[in-house]
Amino acid sequence: MQLLLERRSAALGWMNLMSPVLAIGLTVLMGGLIFLAMGQPPLTALYLYFIDPLTSWWSVEEVLVKASPLILIGVGLAVCFKGNVWNIGAEGQLTAGALMGAMIPVLFGDWQSPLALVAMLILGALGGALFGCIPAWLKTRFGVNEILTSLMLVYIAQLLLDWMVRGPWNDPNGYNFPKSAAFEGWHLLPTWGDGRMHFGLVIALFTALILYWMMRNNLKGFEVKVVGSAPRAGAFAGFSQTKMIWFCFALSGGLAGLAGLIEVAGPVGQLQPHISPNYGFTAIIVAFLGRLNPLGVIFSGLLLAISYIGGEGVQIELGISDKTTQVFQGMLLFFILMCDTLILYRIRWLGAPKNSTLGEPS
Amino acid sequence: MQNNSNNDAQSCLLRVANLTKKFGEFVANDNLTLNVEAGKVHALLGENGAGKSTLVKMMYGALQPTSGVIEWQGEQVVVASPAHARDLGIGMVFQHFSLFEALTVVENISLALPPQLRQGDLSQRIEDLSKDYGLPLNPSALVADLSVGERQRIEIVRCLLQQPKLLIMDEPTAVLTPQEAQALFATLRRLVDDGCAVLYISHRLEEVKQICHDATILRHGKLVSQVDPQVETAATLAQLMVGASVHQVSRQSNTQLDTVLLELKNLNQAAKTPFGVDLVDVNLVVKAGEILAIAGVAGNGQGELFGVISGENKQAAGASVVLMEEACNGLDINQRRALGAAFVPEERIGHGAVEHLSLTDNILLSRHACNDTESPLNRGIMGIDRAQLAALNRTIGTDYDVRKGREDAIAGSLSGGNLQKFVVGRELNRKPKLLVINQPTWGVDAGAAALIRQAVIDLSRQGSAILVISQDLDEIFELADSIAVISRGQLSKSYAATELSREQIGLMMAGSHEQSTAVAGV
Repeated sequence: MQLLLERRSAALGWMNLMSPVLAIGLTVLMGGLIFLAMGQPPLTALYLYFIDPLTSWWSVEEVLVKASPLILIGVGLAVCFKGNVWNIGAEGQLTAGALMGAMIPVLFGDWQSPLALVAMLILGALGGALFGCIPAWLKTRFGVNEILTSLMLVYIAQLLLDWMVRGPWNDPNGYNFPKSAAFEGWHLLPTWGDGRMHFGLVIALFTALILYWMMRNNLKGFEVKVVGSAPRAGAFAGFSQTKMIWFCFALSGGLAGLAGLIEVAGPVGQLQPHISPNYGFTAIIVAFLGRLNPLGVIFSGLLLAISYIGGEGVQIELGISDKTTQVFQGMLLFFILMCDTLILYRIRWLGAPKNSTLGEPS
Repeated sequence: MQNNSNNDAQSCLLRVANLTKKFGEFVANDNLTLNVEAGKVHALLGENGAGKSTLVKMMYGALQPTSGVIEWQGEQVVVASPAHARDLGIGMVFQHFSLFEALTVVENISLALPPQLRQGDLSQRIEDLSKDYGLPLNPSALVADLSVGERQRIEIVRCLLQQPKLLIMDEPTAVLTPQEAQALFATLRRLVDDGCAVLYISHRLEEVKQICHDATILRHGKLVSQVDPQVETAATLAQLMVGASVHQVSRQSNTQLDTVLLELKNLNQAAKTPFGVDLVDVNLVVKAGEILAIAGVAGNGQGELFGVISGENKQAAGASVVLMEEACNGLDINQRRALGAAFVPEERIGHGAVEHLSLTDNILLSRHACNDTESPLNRGIMGIDRAQLAALNRTIGTDYDVRKGREDAIAGSLSGGNLQKFVVGRELNRKPKLLVINQPTWGVDAGAAALIRQAVIDLSRQGSAILVISQDLDEIFELADSIAVISRGQLSKSYAATELSREQIGLMMAGSHEQSTAVAGV
């Protein structure tokens, strides 16, 4: 018995958009079955998970707060993946950006001015971009696989943050808890609503629109698409693959760093060992579910944000571990990749080849 | 003119009846019926996209028919896989070889053989067989060191070891010098004398007349005619293939201007990859109004040479590339385009064009930095000028007869010939002072080929310099004012086209002009 993936002769164009819908449907179905197997009422659990977060203004705000970093990182990764550059280390770039941007409140705590916030945002993006450039350099200079290096650098960044908040940047008045001093005044993003919604959402949406325009109507976006899908045609167009790789890492790293800064200058409000519930990894799912299209990423970012809030919801209401969030996110990625594959390929079952007699060897 | 195979059911080896293959809505083979007889060379003729490959892939088990039957020696069979086809006694030599360059001949053959045939002294059997059939091969040679003709012999010997009753050959002479082709024909004659049948796919009519006994002609997936190639002329065969008489390319004598627009001096360039070709002391000159054609068997440094002239490959120190009387050392491809040069690479898909992008995007691909349009196509922060691209696409479509499903179609949806007309038209539309074009009509139907060749000649008669790299001798004689030959990275001096015969070019393609030092390694 043999299994064969055979390319479909007629590409199903509209299925490209149906794929996320199918994947979400399958995730909900499987999620229901898992709840059932756990002895929970599946419909109630699914309602709590997916619908309940949208029924109160408080939780909608919370969804938007979680969607901001996901969208910001997701659009950067969408461009990156279009360019066939596999930055898996957005979580590390997020951490590096948060660290670099936090220099202002930690080291220059007395500088209170709107400019201080601007400087933090710029430093945050710069920190992420510089950290992202490490795998870019290793790849273009030595040909090292960027998937491995960018992933491994995540742990370096996280351990660096851990050390900083326990050591040099520890709050002197903080009873030795691993935290920096809380940020104040212009070191925090402007908020509105109940005080959780912050300016980061505006930055994320604005960035998504700019990148959408860039991928459609700017030569840089064209360069990323061409070099990523057909390197030789890229060389024929005079585009440099090396420059494109640096650009992708600097852009996606910079946006991840910005997201990290927005988290510490927003909902978190200080540096601490854990500043992100794996936004950098979840954004990979966001990018794929959004079809690597910056506008699509806005919607998938919102959906994945719901999965965080819903996970907390079922934990509170039904006492199920909030690891459900990771199960749902994992299933979503699995199903989206499966649907994408089966749209392009069909599975053929081959029987064992018949054995018939062969001619005598000469 | 009627083929006589129906009368003789005894010798009918393979028969396909009412065979149809559909890919979705597209009918690649429409109700085909034909007989292949033992002891004969049967030609399968047709333009690109006529359905030849689909048909033989079904015979070889690589595709399954939608409907219809295949009979092998009088019995109906389902050819489940290529392995099954080989068990039945059907061998196939593909156009693109599947050989491991780092392994020896005997290792390559051993890998492809079923275990029962691997036993014993394989080297000895290979040597005996290759001598027997006039296919000289050294079993312990490394494939990387062998010429394309020798590599093809490996594939043939690999098939013959399994004692096939039917050998399918897909455009075998496309990669051979005329002399190598003659040697192959001798082998095929020997095979059919032994009672083997050969199904010979080609669109080269002269060689079909030379060696084939029957000919089946396909057009748009349908069987057009079955003829005796000995009775037909090349012209009548071509007419059956294309469905109309083929437009003849016309050219006036060139008004030779003396400006040199392309000059290469002392180009010595090591290959980028272990199995690439080193360029050895290449010198050439192309003047305004002149078409210089470089002949040569594929894989002898043509791609490397193209890359150095276009600027895609960095050139080695000590060499000089002069375009439009300006030294271009260190200029990239767009800076060279800005000087007035245009380039058409060999591969349409993946090099000259991006398959999944629209035609307008593909215009942008080579012209975003040329600045020879009314206003720049790339307006930086103002974005890409889509309106102008759409207008260019319409003009190119009309001027070069690009047939497409809709105005701004996806490049991959065009047929090979139409995409090539587009890729060539995209560059000719610029009226370049220098055009470098690699394999201008490779895998293109006769109608499109004639249009492209005529456009290239017209451009040169307006005073542009043109360098054509081609492995098609007919094309070279149709186009060239002067001819040079490349072999193993060495370029001969150039001769006036009228000075050379096909035989002389054939000898040069096999390396007669090479410096002996360069051949020493082989």
